[in-house]
Amino acid sequence: MTVQELPGAGASHRSTPPPAWSPRTDAAPLLPDPEPYRVLGTAAADKLDPELMRRCYTELVRGRRYNAQATALTRQGRLAVYPSTVGQEACEIAAALVLEEQDWLFPSYRDTLAAVARGLDPVQALTLLRGDWHTGYDPREHRIAPLSTPLATQLPHAVGLAHAARLRGDDVVALAMVGDGGTSEGDFHEALNFAAVWQAPVVFLVQNNGFAISVPLAKQTAAPTLAHKAVGYGMPGRLVDGNDVAAMHEVLAEAVQRARSGGGPTLIEAVTYRIEAHTNADDATRYRGDAEVEAWKAHDPVDLLERELTARGLLDEAGIQEAKAAAEVMAASLRERMNAEPVLNPMDLFENVYARQTGRLREQAEMLRAELEAEEQ
Amino acid sequence: MAQALGRAMRDAMAEDPTVHVMGEDVGALGGVFRITDGLAKEFGEDRCTDTPLAEAGILGAAVGMAMYGLRPVVEMQFDAFAYPAFEQLISHVAKMRNRTRGAMPLPITIRVPYGGGIGGVEHHSDSSEAYYVATPGLHVVTPATVEDAYGLLRESIASDDPVVFLEPKRLYWSKADWNPDSPAAVPGIGNALVRKAGTSATLITYGPSLPVCLEAAEAAREEGWDLEVVDLRSLVPFDEDTVVASVRRTGRAVVVHEANGFGGPGAELVARIQEKCFHHLEAPVLRVTGFDIPYPPPMLEKHHLPGVDRILDTVARLQWEN
Ligand SMILES: Cc1ncc(C[n+]2csc(CCOP(=O)(O)OP(=O)(O)O)c2C)c(N)n1
Repeated sequence: MTVQELPGAGASHRSTPPPAWSPRTDAAPLLPDPEPYRVLGTAAADKLDPELMRRCYTELVRGRRYNAQATALTRQGRLAVYPSTVGQEACEIAAALVLEEQDWLFPSYRDTLAAVARGLDPVQALTLLRGDWHTGYDPREHRIAPLSTPLATQLPHAVGLAHAARLRGDDVVALAMVGDGGTSEGDFHEALNFAAVWQAPVVFLVQNNGFAISVPLAKQTAAPTLAHKAVGYGMPGRLVDGNDVAAMHEVLAEAVQRARSGGGPTLIEAVTYRIEAHTNADDATRYRGDAEVEAWKAHDPVDLLERELTARGLLDEAGIQEAKAAAEVMAASLRERMNAEPVLNPMDLFENVYARQTGRLREQAEMLRAELEAEEQ
Repeated sequence: MAQALGRAMRDAMAEDPTVHVMGEDVGALGGVFRITDGLAKEFGEDRCTDTPLAEAGILGAAVGMAMYGLRPVVEMQFDAFAYPAFEQLISHVAKMRNRTRGAMPLPITIRVPYGGGIGGVEHHSDSSEAYYVATPGLHVVTPATVEDAYGLLRESIASDDPVVFLEPKRLYWSKADWNPDSPAAVPGIGNALVRKAGTSATLITYGPSLPVCLEAAEAAREEGWDLEVVDLRSLVPFDEDTVVASVRRTGRAVVVHEANGFGGPGAELVARIQEKCFHHLEAPVLRVTGFDIPYPPPMLEKHHLPGVDRILDTVARLQWEN
């Protein structure tokens, strides 16, 4: 058989029509809007829920302060590293606020703020970055998966958990967070594909903050937007202004609602910007200019909401000061507690490797115990 | 053995509604080796699920399911196709208990058909156990008998820790007088068994090499060697007591496995034996392993796999004169 004779290739002289084919899903309703969805500063803001927005404002201000405090703790050597979310607070806060108590959050390594906004003690959320233990909290108690350092690997976990919950008949939605760089990983693809095939109640939130360390989005993907990727899996893709907390909350709430009511997964791309460097180990001047950073600073998530609420008479100077004061209380407590040396027991190294310790580990634990005793003498 | 493995999953699923079987083709087809035959029919597709073709996705989803209280039993179709899942295995499956200080153990069983001898083409015959045993947090188990196939798989599924369950695929078709309705109780994970007692040297082996070692022990009688054969059954944890007791008794030892020798499980075993049995040894501890080559094409695999003759030649070298 030559190539010309193969079915499908050069088949201009076909005698029988090919078997009927039709797409499984109508792509049109899945396509994202061409522009990021916005609420603040548009007519859509007329319908804002004042209570919810004041809550968002308090959390945004606290989140900004938290970022500043954690970054300061890095400079003081109290944290080994801190990936800041300054500029991305609206994504972090909306992700935390949109979930019900029984729902699960699957954060990436950058999303400590989302975990804290969900109610996790900031010190517990920071043990990973301080270096005293990997996960400083019980994931089941808070329904927050461990902060995942290997990129995108937490996404299939979110799918599996949401799937398991649905099999059990529980009303649980999983919200999984990933960066723009993480969308290139194989696990991102596998998770989205599984979620769509299983119609799992999952929301994927991509924070497109412009860079994966130093690599800009254009070198990461040739897709028109990251939200477009959803169409290929058969789920809706939403493009949203990640600095607009009202838009973020609305789009996330819709997606959570779709998942909760059996409508399957959604992929959301939040267009935002990482104002600070990747971490304290990064030199951002090597890959981006001040003008770009300044432009994004003019589109700050805290300012955007503050302006809208003030203009509408939903927030006054007293309200602003109140939010700032609450943030200071959080920061002072965090500072104080992080300045206390954590009490570590080296023998913990051998705990929790297996349910029952192996002979090998018992032997090694004895060796360390003897070394520790010798040190003490 | 195939039937015993299937029966183990069936019984576990019947007893415990949290046990879920998942993988590629495990449903209607019953898996490419038919190990999961009938499970989807009996328990439904929610309990025995054909997943998309994506190993990292399968194992990653299993992690989430285990986080929510299920006991996933994952089938990897072939040894060499488990590699896309290694990131999930090593970074998450093996570490979740430890990362969360015991708050979140993951009771996942990962079934991996492994090893050669069935004439498989490239990527169908790897012995990947060295990768698994080098990863703290995983149990690594491999049955060599029909009884163990059932008993060890039941125990693996019941384990609160993740277990890599290596199935010697060339033993899938091995038969035994085995009654599925009253399977014999066998020692659990972490126990080796002396399959044949002997006095002149110990062969230490596991999985697909056990029948070869038993055959070698039989043949060695003619040469005046009375060989003891120890079946490890579990590589992690490893039953040092049984191995050490045997080698101290016989004073001589050969480790036999299909996996490549360099950096293979045998290297670790030999090191342990030297440490624990130095004064009892009459000869250096030797190894018979696969060559340090990518798994060969099927028409050459018989030269690569440790066979009876190579084992006997090695045993002969234990006649050590210093
Ligand atoms: C699998 C994997 N590869 C590489 C890294 C190293 N790494 C850490 S963060 C990062 C960039 C991530 O970029 P993005 O996904 O856009 O998230 P962001 O940092 O912008 O929040 C890289 C490459 C990693 N953590 N995991």
